Amino acid sequence: MWKQMIPGLRMMILLTVLTGLVYPSLVTAICQAVFPKQANGSLLMRNGKVAGSALLGQTFQSARYFHSRPSAAGAGGYDASSSSGSNLGPASRKLAERVQADKQAAGLTNAVPSDMLTASGSGLDPHVSPANARLQIARVSSARGVSESGMRRLVDQFTQGREFGLLGEPRVNVLLLNLALDEQYPNQ
Amino acid sequence: MTTNGILQIIAYFGLLAAVTKPLGAYMARVFMGERTFLHPVLRPLERLCYKLAGVREDSEQRWTQYAASLLSFSFFSFLFVYGIQRLQGWLPLNPMGFGTAHGPSNATAITPDLAFNTAASFVTNTNWQSYAGEMTVSYFVQMAALTVQNFVSAAAGVAVAVALIRGFARQEANSVGNFWVDLVRAVTYVFLPLSLAGALLLCSQGVIQNWSSYTQAVTLEGAAQVIAQGPVASQEAIKLIGTNGGGFFNANSAHPFENPTPFTNLLQMLMIFLVPASLTYTFGRMVGEQRQGWAIFSAMSLLFLLGALIVYGAEQAGNPHLARLGVESSATTLQPGGNMEGKEVRFGIAATSLFAAVTTGASCGAVNAMHDSFTALGGLVPLFNMQTGEVIFGGTGAGLYGMLLFAILAVFLAGLMVGRTPEYLGKKIEGKEVKMAMLAMLATSATILLFTGASAVIEFTKDAYWNGSFGSAINNLNNGGPHGFSEILYAYTSATGNNGSAFAGLSANTPWYNLTIGLAMMFGRFLIIIPILAVAGSLAAKQKLAATSGTLPTHGVLFVMLLAGTVVIVGALTFFPALSLGPIAEHLLILQGRLF
Repeated sequence: MWKQMIPGLRMMILLTVLTGLVYPSLVTAICQAVFPKQANGSLLMRNGKVAGSALLGQTFQSARYFHSRPSAAGAGGYDASSSSGSNLGPASRKLAERVQADKQAAGLTNAVPSDMLTASGSGLDPHVSPANARLQIARVSSARGVSESGMRRLVDQFTQGREFGLLGEPRVNVLLLNLALDEQYPNQ
Repeated sequence: MTTNGILQIIAYFGLLAAVTKPLGAYMARVFMGERTFLHPVLRPLERLCYKLAGVREDSEQRWTQYAASLLSFSFFSFLFVYGIQRLQGWLPLNPMGFGTAHGPSNATAITPDLAFNTAASFVTNTNWQSYAGEMTVSYFVQMAALTVQNFVSAAAGVAVAVALIRGFARQEANSVGNFWVDLVRAVTYVFLPLSLAGALLLCSQGVIQNWSSYTQAVTLEGAAQVIAQGPVASQEAIKLIGTNGGGFFNANSAHPFENPTPFTNLLQMLMIFLVPASLTYTFGRMVGEQRQGWAIFSAMSLLFLLGALIVYGAEQAGNPHLARLGVESSATTLQPGGNMEGKEVRFGIAATSLFAAVTTGASCGAVNAMHDSFTALGGLVPLFNMQTGEVIFGGTGAGLYGMLLFAILAVFLAGLMVGRTPEYLGKKIEGKEVKMAMLAMLATSATILLFTGASAVIEFTKDAYWNGSFGSAINNLNNGGPHGFSEILYAYTSATGNNGSAFAGLSANTPWYNLTIGLAMMFGRFLIIIPILAVAGSLAAKQKLAATSGTLPTHGVLFVMLLAGTVVIVGALTFFPALSLGPIAEHLLILQGRLF
């Protein structure tokens, strides 16, 4: 056993330098040079300030915006330094009560898309389903005083299909949609 | 289940089967010391490692020396990871000031018990996390402590598997290889090139890689949003390829900065099974009979696909409680249906269910959704996958050596039925091999069940050291009823299986849970590795017997079924009572409309 201790220590230090310092530094250097936008978080700028990341959701409460899914990240939701799901199980009374309360608060009476009242795993899901976005068109159009058909076209434009026609799910990026909304219908 | 969902699963499995042979053949060359196309670049690096560490490349070790080398390496790794975490406040690359007076007010302090848990976790290739990455550890800890262990614990697993393969391949030998050589080769020829390519590919799709401090953003509605940053891509790649699973962020691969698109999700699932699946081919090549490797691959595939379909079916069926409130459970072209609590829209139900089956079949533990919010049966499969001992492809190396233990048991059972001395790959399976296989299985099963039982009943004084303000250990649960029990069972199952995923509602960052989960991880790692190496040593010393008409062929459909059956029966017999108290009871109560 003792004979193996010295190589053990040396090997540990050596591999730490190789895989813990050289490798991540090399990856950082290449990524910063070749993919600077992605490597720094796909940040979106508005009026010279960071308005968020194209990959991360935000809280929207105003009727003038499309709303994201419920979020369990941080105290107020969509805290991008405290990612988290609700971790409520299928038989959780808290979950059922939350869904019911959110449904009433949003004035929804019919069936709702499965993503609309459920919190995501990260609490930072940037997307909603196309059905979810379409259900919100009437509210946003009336709050902005624009036609529902124009709004519908915008939602369709921001609806992404499955990747390569196969992977994942069709989806709408809420932040990108709302940014476009502010651009196209600024002062209405 | 939708056609698209089934197609996603088929496409994934097809890609996996396609990469198994080329990578498996490459690894066989690496571990047999033959030249590969990467030798011009990596051979000098490999030799430099031996030189600096003072290791002789051509020396061979008996199984006891091999085990001692592994233990000494793990011991120093453990001390180092523990120390780096505790000292992070004094170390560089810490823009958020974790562990210092000016760190974020809601940061988690790294207490001795948390540091112990994390060190045990990463050294054993488990990557259970009692902490939330973005609010606890500096970039230096993520890189120099955690990323390193992701590489070397995975490489050590591969080394043990290779030693066991040599046990079958050699005859009348007293050595099983050299741990240091196998370790260095696994790191330099397998994990480094794969991770480098993986990291760059992930970054190109949006995974971040920087050393900046967290970004202050102002949202469209004028609120402040702090965006966590860090060197994620480099850690993400090896987190998956090394079947480690420890997320840079709390939400792991559900976090858009770790796993931004459906394409990266597919890549991540492939990265998880890449090495474990390919090792079955390496095994066939090294024992000189390729179909033996494919038999193991087939048994693993059978169990994997069954599990994936069950999770998918259960998650797509959705949660009856929410359906009653008007949440749609069937998929349409415009929304995913099913149980979306804890899941991301970009992945939907199929890609999430598949990921869950992959990550728990492999002892990876990365998650792209919160398993705690799965339906009762959807959560049962991940639990069961881990309780098989992580042999459904399993961890890098660990999956193969675990499955070979089951193969030893399977031929032993078959031998009992027909009354012949069992053989596997021409080696007689005798008392010593079967005893060691049983020792490994009993030690891990006992660890899971005893710790789960203890946590379900143990009481502590409120505000005492052991469980802080929670008092009794069941007050750390996030859910009531049978699901609460499942949270405890999942924790110790995951720890002992060296998986690392969680029913994350459990508040595990208390001394009681940190210490017991930490111990479970070490038992689950070393109480398997040591018996495995003993088996390797014992097998290597034996002669290879020629197959006769009385030998049970171990490459056909019959053996594949026997092997898969052994895995299921051993797992089911051991854990069925515990599963009945958890997910099975929960499922029945949900059908009755009960809430907790």
